[in-house]
Amino acid sequence: MKAVCWHGTNQVNVETVPDPKILNPRDAIVKITSTAICGSDLHLYDGFNPTMKQGDILGHEFMGEIVELGSAVRNKQIGDRVVVPFTISCGSCFFCSRDLWSLCDNSNPNAWMVEQVMGHSPSGLFGYSHLTGGYAGGQAEYARVPFADVGLFKVPDELTDEQLLFLTDIFPTGYMAAENCNIQPGDTVAVWGCGPVGQFAIRSAYLLGAERVIAIDRVPERLQMAQAGGAETLNYDETEVGEALNEMTGGRGPDSVMDAVGMEAHGAGLEGFYDKAMQAVRMETDRPTVLRQAIVACRKGGTVSVPGVYTGFVDKIPMGAFMNKGLTMKTGQTHVHRYLKPLTERIQKGEIDPSFLITHRLPLEEAPHAYEIFKHKRDSCVKVVLKP
Amino acid sequence: MEENLSNQQNSAADNSNQASVGEQERLGSLIAGGAMVLMGLQQRSLRGVLMSLAGGGLAYHGMAGKKSWKDAVQGKLESATGMGQSIRVERTVTIQNQSPETLYQFWRNLENLPTVMKHLQSVTVTSPTRSHWVANLPVGDAIEWDAEIIADQENRLISWASVEAADVENSGFVRFQPSSHNRGTEVKVVMEYNPPAGIVGATFAKLFGESPDQQIADGLRHFKMLMEAGEIATTEGQPHGQR
Repeated sequence: MKAVCWHGTNQVNVETVPDPKILNPRDAIVKITSTAICGSDLHLYDGFNPTMKQGDILGHEFMGEIVELGSAVRNKQIGDRVVVPFTISCGSCFFCSRDLWSLCDNSNPNAWMVEQVMGHSPSGLFGYSHLTGGYAGGQAEYARVPFADVGLFKVPDELTDEQLLFLTDIFPTGYMAAENCNIQPGDTVAVWGCGPVGQFAIRSAYLLGAERVIAIDRVPERLQMAQAGGAETLNYDETEVGEALNEMTGGRGPDSVMDAVGMEAHGAGLEGFYDKAMQAVRMETDRPTVLRQAIVACRKGGTVSVPGVYTGFVDKIPMGAFMNKGLTMKTGQTHVHRYLKPLTERIQKGEIDPSFLITHRLPLEEAPHAYEIFKHKRDSCVKVVLKP
Repeated sequence: MEENLSNQQNSAADNSNQASVGEQERLGSLIAGGAMVLMGLQQRSLRGVLMSLAGGGLAYHGMAGKKSWKDAVQGKLESATGMGQSIRVERTVTIQNQSPETLYQFWRNLENLPTVMKHLQSVTVTSPTRSHWVANLPVGDAIEWDAEIIADQENRLISWASVEAADVENSGFVRFQPSSHNRGTEVKVVMEYNPPAGIVGATFAKLFGESPDQQIADGLRHFKMLMEAGEIATTEGQPHGQR
């Protein structure tokens, strides 16, 4: 089959590799019909992650059709059309049984690596370095999906791939981030970062009853897209964001604030990042620029929601502001499985059509070009869908 | 359980580890309780404690008594040179939705262990209490030894020790304990290795390819995966591009 393979900084190749096989009884093989490039893939593309290996297959946002099932999968059938959550979860451990799927105990074969740094390991992830299991990803013609009985979600025929694909990651990620904001009637939510997750967070905040959403970025087409989703926008190149947020909220500050940027400040284009890349490899400078701003901007007693990805250590978090203002922080990799059914229903009811995000549709073979335009935001690129 | 472990003091396993009644109670409750076992053992040898708590009646004891001559001499040598120190491991996992009975049953059939302990090539049961172990080394030949079960409390605890002439003398126990509020079963493994004289910790770890601590941690993780998820997560055999 053809697959997008990582070969070092700024280097991905489409290669012919062996087809995946069933390795465990709860596996399935999915023939991929649509697959996307995520902002977090850029983090690997940029060479930040020291646990990537030459030839690793990338991709964690993919869907398709089941073509093979392991002997222990009884609730799925060959031919089922499915989406694949980017988090791999066993469905039976302490965490899965508490609906905390991204914290699964049993899906990361390399948990020991993470434990060295974090104490405990979150779940395995597709195509996202050996730290999270080294699972081959879904920017390919086929993928092996472990724990297919609880992972694969059968989708309704009447919805298109483009409407469904983002259920695998960014729609639930934006939605969970909005849920984490604990939105009350009349609330204002401030969202830093108008990338794909920020876009879904903006729309999810409204779905969950926010009165106002204020979105912060500097890329014109992303700010426009945020406005199309109902947000008021601030361009941080032109405005002092903290001051503006205070003025816009009667001097009180936003009720909740969201860091949809994380350590990947480059993803949303926040400040120059390249000169910091080498520091990030040494895991000492995840850049918490946004997190600092958000904590200071948040109203007293408010909530800081962090869907943005951090992997290492951050410096100079204004803990004094966080403590004295009595803030709450909520974060985590997305518990994708929790949201599949309710969010599919919202799409079916027409409350949201996730395909608004897609700016580029390209064949899988053009992945190297797609990574390049996405990274540099050329050609107004916000989201690329690849067709194998 | 505490009673079982502590009310017997007829062991002559190892004079240097002979414990008073009060001391035995303390050690017994340490092994049965919720504290960190190794912290409580401090300078005592795990083997000695397990022997003394388990009581007599094992063939091993006579032999161990004879061995103590050699041990005494070697002990002095080792403490003078700083070599041959024992390596100790304590690791615990909690396994969801499985009773101590099920987990004990899996473990008590020692031949199951290579399924979860990847460094083991095989375990062969040779009598109700004896077994023959073969472990892979990253380089060179496998190492082999015989082990004897020293205590077997159904659904609660199994302890064992290598018998004479083991390349790497080792001993340990596994304990199964229900967690409070139906939060699963806690499985604790405590092991002690006495590498051959002259081989210190770092060399020993190199010899084994990974540290004994990591081996036990991985083994317990695989055990948990198998018991909770029905399979051990793996990526071995999946495709990749040019390496």
